[in-house]
Amino acid sequence: MFDTLILILDSTVRLSTPLLLAALAGLYSERSGVFDIGLEGKMLGAAFAAGAAAAVTGSAWLGLAAGILLSVALALVHGFACITHRGNQIVSGVAINFLAMGLTALLGQAWFSQGGRTPPVSGDARFANLVWPFAESLRDVPVLGGLYSELLSGHNILVYAAFLAVPFSWWVLFRTRFGLRLRAVGENPAAVDTAGISVAWLRYRAVICTGILCGLAGSYLAIAQSAGFISNMTAGKGFIALAALIFAKWKPVPVMFACLLFGFLDAVAIRLQGQQVPGIGEVPVQAIQALPYILTVILLAGFIGKAVPPRAGGVAYVKERG
Amino acid sequence: MTAGQLPRWADYILMPAINVAAAFIVSGLVVLLIGENPIEAVKVLVWGSLGWNEGIGFTLFYATNFIFTGLAVAIAFHAGLFNIGGEGQAYLGGLGVALACLALDRYVPWWVTLPFAVAGAAAFGAAWAFIPAVLQAKRGSHVVITTIMFNFIAASLMVYLLVNVMSKPGSMQPETRTFEDGGRLPLLQDVLPFTDFGSAPVNFSFLLALAACLFVWVLVWRTRLGYEIRTFGANQTAAVYAGISPVRITVVTMLISGGLAGMMAINEIMGSQHRLLIEFVSGYGFVGIAVALMGRAHPVGIVFAAILFGMLYQGGAELAFEMPAITRDMIVVIQGLVILFAGALEHMFRPALLRVFGVLSAPAGTPA
Repeated sequence: MFDTLILILDSTVRLSTPLLLAALAGLYSERSGVFDIGLEGKMLGAAFAAGAAAAVTGSAWLGLAAGILLSVALALVHGFACITHRGNQIVSGVAINFLAMGLTALLGQAWFSQGGRTPPVSGDARFANLVWPFAESLRDVPVLGGLYSELLSGHNILVYAAFLAVPFSWWVLFRTRFGLRLRAVGENPAAVDTAGISVAWLRYRAVICTGILCGLAGSYLAIAQSAGFISNMTAGKGFIALAALIFAKWKPVPVMFACLLFGFLDAVAIRLQGQQVPGIGEVPVQAIQALPYILTVILLAGFIGKAVPPRAGGVAYVKERG
Repeated sequence: MTAGQLPRWADYILMPAINVAAAFIVSGLVVLLIGENPIEAVKVLVWGSLGWNEGIGFTLFYATNFIFTGLAVAIAFHAGLFNIGGEGQAYLGGLGVALACLALDRYVPWWVTLPFAVAGAAAFGAAWAFIPAVLQAKRGSHVVITTIMFNFIAASLMVYLLVNVMSKPGSMQPETRTFEDGGRLPLLQDVLPFTDFGSAPVNFSFLLALAACLFVWVLVWRTRLGYEIRTFGANQTAAVYAGISPVRITVVTMLISGGLAGMMAINEIMGSQHRLLIEFVSGYGFVGIAVALMGRAHPVGIVFAAILFGMLYQGGAELAFEMPAITRDMIVVIQGLVILFAGALEHMFRPALLRVFGVLSAPAGTPA
């Protein structure tokens, strides 16, 4: 029983990681007043770029760089449309999702001819799991040994990066001048503008942060969790991340707990596939899979506290002309 | 013409044309990037979709789907709402169609089943839009986010129903039994004299889609409700002062929108597949966004945009056959680019165009 729990928690950590990176990505953009439903697309683009670059160069780090680069490029397209040209942020996000979905599948097939996959990567081209000191020898210690060797040790570097990004993002957003201004521009851009700070430049920096984190999320999927890119491999994770961001009311630490919860549900759903649960019978896996979305809708309905988005979110800033 | 304004024809025809052209030019660059000839690709695409009877039939078949989902997005646009949940609403609409067909197909001819199927499609599609609509109207939760969530919930619900409840006994396939003749719409070539679409599945639903266009046009521009919807979309504060109830308009518009999206299932389920199956919507709900943007939320524009996307879907299949390097994913790329240029970047070319018109309309001899 305890071993099963450890296994489920272990896969919870693995499944939460891409959600966490993508949700934190959305945090920067949305806190600055730029809604982003294109997290999914940026993740998918990054996964493809990382998979392709890692397969060609044989280096996981170059793969990661390519993933981040492409994701930031897509984020800048979003910024160009929504910040510079004041386009509709939702429409732009939808466009980016389609662009990424189409281009990754199309170029994947054209370049590698493996049904939209990138060639499988191994060795240096993939982020290996880091085994912490004494993990093997401590494995047999009751309770703590399992926790240490399974749960804490044995993940790849991007998993640790994702969880370290939580306190880091909190620090950036709530303890630095940049973070203060970023949050202010999401609540009241006119006030920030009056203080002589460029609204557009601040928002561009926010969407670049979003791009970097989405790049990490996508790269994790392609060259850390899996050994290569598969067509449409994000499969809605970007939207679950968005749900987690809203569920956490746009705050970094709650974002982590929301992502862990949604990752846990995913892990349980995989575990329960086709199994009989005593007293309940076969649990419909689809019900558990739909739970993150249902919970988010219930939250949005205002039944579990109220999720108030950044006030200027979704609205392009128009400088007053005298 | 006042400063900063384009003549109406430029605003309604030239601007969208430039935006769509930009999308297609970038698509051409993508084709070049793959190492194929874009001009050749366009030739294959146009011939494959319009060059032969069966091609035209398939083009119109896909266009039927896009007219419904495009109208669904468009009517919501008029009220200033973004219904991104057409995908889920159409999926549920399929359930409504299938229930009507499964109940009646053995006893009555298709034209008796059809009204029930239409009612089922519209009711189930509308029902799936109802909760997001009420949450937006009463609790202020953003309809975009809730409809996205409802797309995923619909996908889970339908998989559950098709695997555990509705699949035919003894089969592992997640689909219902095949409908008998009473649950099948006739092909368009059997309804319209002197037409021949080969083995293309274009069917009676195409006429239904055109009727839906007329319905939306009358509703939006010729009724009191349509006036209220447009007023609400243009200026919510003014609408409230004019005595228009925001709750009522939001809910009613979303119900109509969801109903229209649900009607798409008539074409796929009753017109072509003759059974309810998993993931039959396969992105057609999202294409509606591109179609509505390109058609500028007007039924006539939507018919043209839907036919263009129908051409892309049918011609794209031919293209994938003739030039294997260009897979059908190219359609998704073009769709993304159309949404980007005709939607998010719709104002990018406006300043330049204004300058051009400014120069043209300036009287000779004065500095422009």
